[in-house]
Amino acid sequence: MPNGHVAPIASATGAMDGRDSVGQPAENEWSRSGAILTRRRRFLVLSGLLAASVVVTVLCSSFGAAALTGSDWLAALRELATPGHGDSAAAGTAGVILFQLRVPRVLMGFLVGGVLAAVGVTLQALLRNALADPYVLGVSSGAALGAAVAMLLGIGATSMLVPILPLWGFAGGLIALVLIYRMAQSHGRLPIHSLLLAGVILNAILTAVIMFITSIMEPARSAGLMAWLMGSLTAPGWTGLMGTALYVIVGITFLLYHAPVLNVLTQGEETARSLGIDTERTKKRLYALTALLTGAVVSVSGMIGFVGMVIPHAVRMAIGSDHRLLMPASVLVGGMFLVVSDTVARTAFAPAEIPVGVVTALAGGPFFLYLLLWRKDRMV
Amino acid sequence: MQTQSSLECKPGQSSADPAIAVKDVSFRYGTGQAGRPWTIERVSFYVAAGEVLGIVGPNGSGKSSLLKLLAGLLRPESGRIGLMGHASTDLSPIAVAKILAVVLQEQAQIFPFTVAETVLMGRFPHRQAGWWSLGGGADTARDLASAQRAMAETDVVSLADRPVSELSGGELQRVMIARALAQEPAILLLDEPTAFLDINHQLDICGLISRLRDERQLTVVLVSHDLNLASQYCDRVLMLKAGRLSHIGSPAETIRPDVLQTVYGCNVVVDAHPQTGKPRVTMPMSRP
Repeated sequence: MPNGHVAPIASATGAMDGRDSVGQPAENEWSRSGAILTRRRRFLVLSGLLAASVVVTVLCSSFGAAALTGSDWLAALRELATPGHGDSAAAGTAGVILFQLRVPRVLMGFLVGGVLAAVGVTLQALLRNALADPYVLGVSSGAALGAAVAMLLGIGATSMLVPILPLWGFAGGLIALVLIYRMAQSHGRLPIHSLLLAGVILNAILTAVIMFITSIMEPARSAGLMAWLMGSLTAPGWTGLMGTALYVIVGITFLLYHAPVLNVLTQGEETARSLGIDTERTKKRLYALTALLTGAVVSVSGMIGFVGMVIPHAVRMAIGSDHRLLMPASVLVGGMFLVVSDTVARTAFAPAEIPVGVVTALAGGPFFLYLLLWRKDRMV
Repeated sequence: MQTQSSLECKPGQSSADPAIAVKDVSFRYGTGQAGRPWTIERVSFYVAAGEVLGIVGPNGSGKSSLLKLLAGLLRPESGRIGLMGHASTDLSPIAVAKILAVVLQEQAQIFPFTVAETVLMGRFPHRQAGWWSLGGGADTARDLASAQRAMAETDVVSLADRPVSELSGGELQRVMIARALAQEPAILLLDEPTAFLDINHQLDICGLISRLRDERQLTVVLVSHDLNLASQYCDRVLMLKAGRLSHIGSPAETIRPDVLQTVYGCNVVVDAHPQTGKPRVTMPMSRP
């Protein structure tokens, strides 16, 4: 330290120069080097992804047994805006295909993919583990079991406009989460291998119970249940879509709100507490939210795997770890990923339709293996 | 610098308040069943503002538990802890986080946050963003200035855009201290700040601690296994033995063969450091 008498700190950085106004967004050399997340970068990335999401949604709605062109879209939109005005039957058909079949399915796919990615991001931060995924951990199986029990009991899907099935999924998912946490925890830590092992065991048990339920159902219903279990999207009615959207929007909003907390939670539980977070309450709230969201999407789409693990990972590699951007970006990318996967699922072997869960597993499984085998160092 | 080993401390609201006042604090792990052994038993001491206190003692003597009690991460079963004149039970977790920062040993970094992002996490207790920002509120100029200052002091500015998951142990420890400094605390608690570091990085961290005390008037409490570190860099040393305060005082008063014999139960050689004259501990030829 040269000249010990100089007041070093005040002048050392000189970063304040009168701009001390609290609440003002700031720019400095870090903004340009990408060392920190800036408002500008967040805005650019999110608006880019939002635009891409619209394009993907429109494009994927156009693919299918009957390929639709831009003019079909326009005619269908005109028909939708002013019913009865439509002069051609073709516009009517295109309208039915688009707005009764494809658009609801694509939108549902977007919701499901977005939720799975958001749940993956949240679980990874909570468990401090980059391989956490609702499917791998058995949360999806738990939710599926909950929903399957409801179906077995013949409980209606909706009550007073609020979808009930997701709540059964929520209950199942929550129980699975508590179990996995109890099984894998040792000395206050959740080592990756015991977490994965606990997930495998839980998945095996839950799947067996679901299989049991399927086998005692009458064949007609059990076939439908099997298709749903493998993870598949169907064209939902608009009411069904709105019901799921209700859960999803509320849940994702809460998760977004927790982004700064998730950042701090990755630093370890005690550090998070020392930074002023009531970790016990926060974790319970976040686990409940992830179970609710998982329940909501599993009850409509069954068990779609790996989206929750692959998407957050890929997005993190591309745009960084800050949850203020990672969370919303993962929602959009997850939505797009599932919409594209579902389009592949329903067109690749048309007229046969493969479950979208098969597509995501074929795409995500190898990525998971890659991470597990070659990037071990990153996920102690 | 205050070095007398008086245990008198009266929590109050004057400028002469010690930074930390610990009064009759007892703690044990677990709840419910009776007869559990005390981890910390009736410990009283104070830490003056701007003082560096080292907590030493044998393995399992309760050093880390005591640090966590000071940090509010553990709750005393009985007794009081005062922070800057406030009873710690009167302070919200956020209020504590604005007074006191902790660097713990648990610090494996799983996610590739950049160094600057990690340091900015220390600004969490000061976050201003409202609910309407939907969790996306950006860091303020004040946050950035505070983080930059902390990074300049810990010499990690050049690492700003590096992922923390790829840092060496010494670099990571400096980043963790920077994160704690970004909290703008009055008190800094460090758990084994030099563990697993080579001698070069140990020197770095120790120099940093002294500098922070001098320049920020920071009060520092550190837990260490290293008696020589405690002797060289701490104003006073607190010795724990089986959860009880055994000795507290200046290094000259505490780092003595007879005291170490009582606390650790072994004979060591203590001579004077050739440069500072402070006590220096070395192992004897063979265990007697």
